[in-house]
Amino acid sequence: MNYFNTDIQATHDALVSGAQTASDLVAATYANIATTDAKIDAFLALNPDEAKAQAAALDAAGIAADQPLAGVPVAIKDNILTDGLTTTAASKILANFEPIYDATVVTKLKEAGAINVGKLNLDEFAMGSSTENSGFKVTKNAWDQSRVPGGSSGGSAAAVASGQVLLALGTDTGGSIRQPAAFNGIVGLKPTYGRVSRWGVIAFASSLDQVGTLTRSVKDAALGLNVIAGHDEKDPTTADVPVPDFTEKLGQSIQGLKIALPEEYLGEGIDPAIRTKIEAAAEQLRALGATVDTVSLPHTKYAVPAYYIIASSEASSNLQRFDGIRYGFRAKDVKNLTDVYVKSRSEGFGPEVKRRIMLGTFSLSAGFYDAYFKKAAQVRTLITRDFEQVFANYDLVMGPTTPTPAFKIGDKVTDPLTMYMNDILTIPVNLAGLPAASIPAGFVDGLPVGLQLIGKSFDEATILQVADAFEAENDYLAQIPGGAQ
Amino acid sequence: MITKDSVAHVAELARLEFSEEELQQYTAQLDEILTMVDQLETVDTTGVPVTTQSIHLQNVMRADVAEPATATEALFKNVPTKKGTLIQVPAIIDKEED
Repeated sequence: MNYFNTDIQATHDALVSGAQTASDLVAATYANIATTDAKIDAFLALNPDEAKAQAAALDAAGIAADQPLAGVPVAIKDNILTDGLTTTAASKILANFEPIYDATVVTKLKEAGAINVGKLNLDEFAMGSSTENSGFKVTKNAWDQSRVPGGSSGGSAAAVASGQVLLALGTDTGGSIRQPAAFNGIVGLKPTYGRVSRWGVIAFASSLDQVGTLTRSVKDAALGLNVIAGHDEKDPTTADVPVPDFTEKLGQSIQGLKIALPEEYLGEGIDPAIRTKIEAAAEQLRALGATVDTVSLPHTKYAVPAYYIIASSEASSNLQRFDGIRYGFRAKDVKNLTDVYVKSRSEGFGPEVKRRIMLGTFSLSAGFYDAYFKKAAQVRTLITRDFEQVFANYDLVMGPTTPTPAFKIGDKVTDPLTMYMNDILTIPVNLAGLPAASIPAGFVDGLPVGLQLIGKSFDEATILQVADAFEAENDYLAQIPGGAQ
Repeated sequence: MITKDSVAHVAELARLEFSEEELQQYTAQLDEILTMVDQLETVDTTGVPVTTQSIHLQNVMRADVAEPATATEALFKNVPTKKGTLIQVPAIIDKEED
């Protein structure tokens, strides 16, 4: 069975009433994945033994009415550690890596009774915008298998969009949840930096990385965030702030909410057909009672260069640990210890990861630090201030998630710079640490378009409120991709 | 303009090695990326502080309480080669100098 005509609530109700057992659901989910994944290639590993055991235990104990995710099959991006289940970050350097503990988000999902059916493909170490940088396989877009699913959470987005699971976890460092969600016509939610624990998440750029959800509906995103959010003593960068019930504002009127539409988000480089969709979305939000005004975020165009210096610098530092000694791939035929490091890294990492390590090492090296890393970190302050000024007067910022719909597999992979520019609309959010979501906003030539909603720090609830109101006005969820079925 | 020699130097710092062909390709690509980055020079950042994190927490403390340690066996699960509870690595001194 697929998950096109249901959601977490309906699935939960069927489990509680006994109309469905968790064991049957898990078996049906795997049967569907076996068929659809031949075309989509979303999964790197399946987890049938643990999933079936967990389902059987839940069926025996009964599904609690107050645990909406209990018995619901979910899947996890493969840069998030799962105890005893191979976790690769889609890198050959971790091809055989078996974690000895669960990431906090995985522990929380398990405690909520969610069933992890498997691990999802990504760009190696989450570095990329198309999932073509995976060391193992290329995932396909759910709507058109000749196109990329976006990235880096391309496996997560394609799995949800093709009806394989109701919810997948992803990570977002520069748009890696929102961009693939946009490319696949689903909801991708990147929470505020500090809202969700990163403990047990393989680090890419520690000041930017954040875990979030990919789902078909806004309510499912809220239910997912309810489970994974919260302070974690194991991650000192999580905020010790109250966690609301993220479903609380769903269904509430958006009358009187003030929304800002930055002129830079509809400017040069944005596909005119996408601009038209976003302008139409603004009209719909106005009709629902919100005000939408044009504003300026003047430093937007500097976000891509600042991001690639900052993220690559942090990555070059984080990825020093992959040295072939304690875990991961170790090269053969080495002459001395330095050789172990150099050959293990050179053979284990793929080309994009090496490119970022090189860029980061260069930016942090003697003589270039001030001109590159420090300058980028100052520009980051200006980008953050742009948002602060707008949020002094507005509740939300809206715009497109991506400049174009999903591109063809192979189109950009040989040209890193063109690939990087694809992230121009999502990167500023990570630099400022804000929460944001991409939600379906229609189609251009049969390909989904994403509407991005950016909120104030720790105000995911307002994003979800407006997203839910917009979703209710449209029938995008009724349109399902045919290719994989 | 970044030169092939400086790319080779950065590779050494990053503990990576490239073939001659790869070195040329990385030099061209890094040059293109750094040219894009150079537009940051046009931004006036006089007196602007750096931002290196967005959450502004400082000195996060936890109670200094002893907790059970991870079992040694578990810690060795992913070690490529070992002898007992020691990680086995190749000779630090060049084999050819033996």
